[in-house]
Amino acid sequence: MSSAVTAVSREEKLIVASHVFSSRLIIGTGKYRSHEEMRSAHNASGAEMVTVAVRRVPLDRSRESFLDYLNPALQILPNTAGCYTAEDSVRTARLAREALQTDLVKLEVIGDQTTLFPDNEQTLEAARVLVKEGFVVLPYFSDDLIMAKKLLDAGCAAIMPLAAPIGSGLGVQNPANLRIMREQLPDATIIVDAGVGTASDAAIAMELGADGVLMNTAIAEAKDPAKMATAMKLAIEAGRLAYLAGRMPKRLYASASSPLAGVIK
Amino acid sequence: MKVFVNGESRELSGSPSLADLITQLELPATRIAVELNREVVRRNDWSGTMLHENDRVEIVHFVGGGAD
Repeated sequence: MSSAVTAVSREEKLIVASHVFSSRLIIGTGKYRSHEEMRSAHNASGAEMVTVAVRRVPLDRSRESFLDYLNPALQILPNTAGCYTAEDSVRTARLAREALQTDLVKLEVIGDQTTLFPDNEQTLEAARVLVKEGFVVLPYFSDDLIMAKKLLDAGCAAIMPLAAPIGSGLGVQNPANLRIMREQLPDATIIVDAGVGTASDAAIAMELGADGVLMNTAIAEAKDPAKMATAMKLAIEAGRLAYLAGRMPKRLYASASSPLAGVIK
Repeated sequence: MKVFVNGESRELSGSPSLADLITQLELPATRIAVELNREVVRRNDWSGTMLHENDRVEIVHFVGGGAD
């Protein structure tokens, strides 16, 4: 980690190993109706990092690179989406590094096609291998505190618990677990990945203390992706501010805001 | 000589290198990565890496995606 980075606090910026981001929103590049729509959503979101998938090149036709459609200022975060074993995810990560010359990898090892829930065991195994090989690993995993600790012990730069199934848009289904993770791991970079459906979901994730949120479908499948991207940007800023401000305690009964003394009789 | 490229079998003539295969497939040389028998081959090593019968080559690029 460079000295410039250590001087920046996690309170001010999103920090992933030596990478420092002003925006706490990370977004995907899939499911958009057109490249133009994707690009305008990316611009509106203010995101500085986008995730892309690794796939076989179609051999029947030479193609322009999808990466050419991305704003060149964006940091690319290759993912291992589609992998079902630690071994395949490690191979995919190595290929991505070779092609992009980046050590960053969003590690995904899926355990089940219906839910796309992660296989935590395989994810941990892959994380250990990749960290040893010098990767900056951001693992997607289910919201389990003990797994979070193991992933951090393995040397992951950030951890990415899900809030709901990938692409479900159900919103944050696990506020208690995310809050426990935040409280028990105060120094970890926690990025909520998957499940956000609309702006208030992103705000809730941030209010629970997440350092950032990664989303794809909520923006790409909105009727107006650029508008939703703006909403997400604002929601993440609002949620972050609310977390830092510290919310009032919840009470079961009313508590008057105006003084009781001096009321006319 | 038969090799498998992205799972499909292909007949190649002579004793081509990985670089020859990439050229023959008319693929852009940038922003792709190549695996030979499950091991990544660095770009600089493509021309010095000769293909053999039944080799399995994977050539990947990037596509839009978020998760799954």
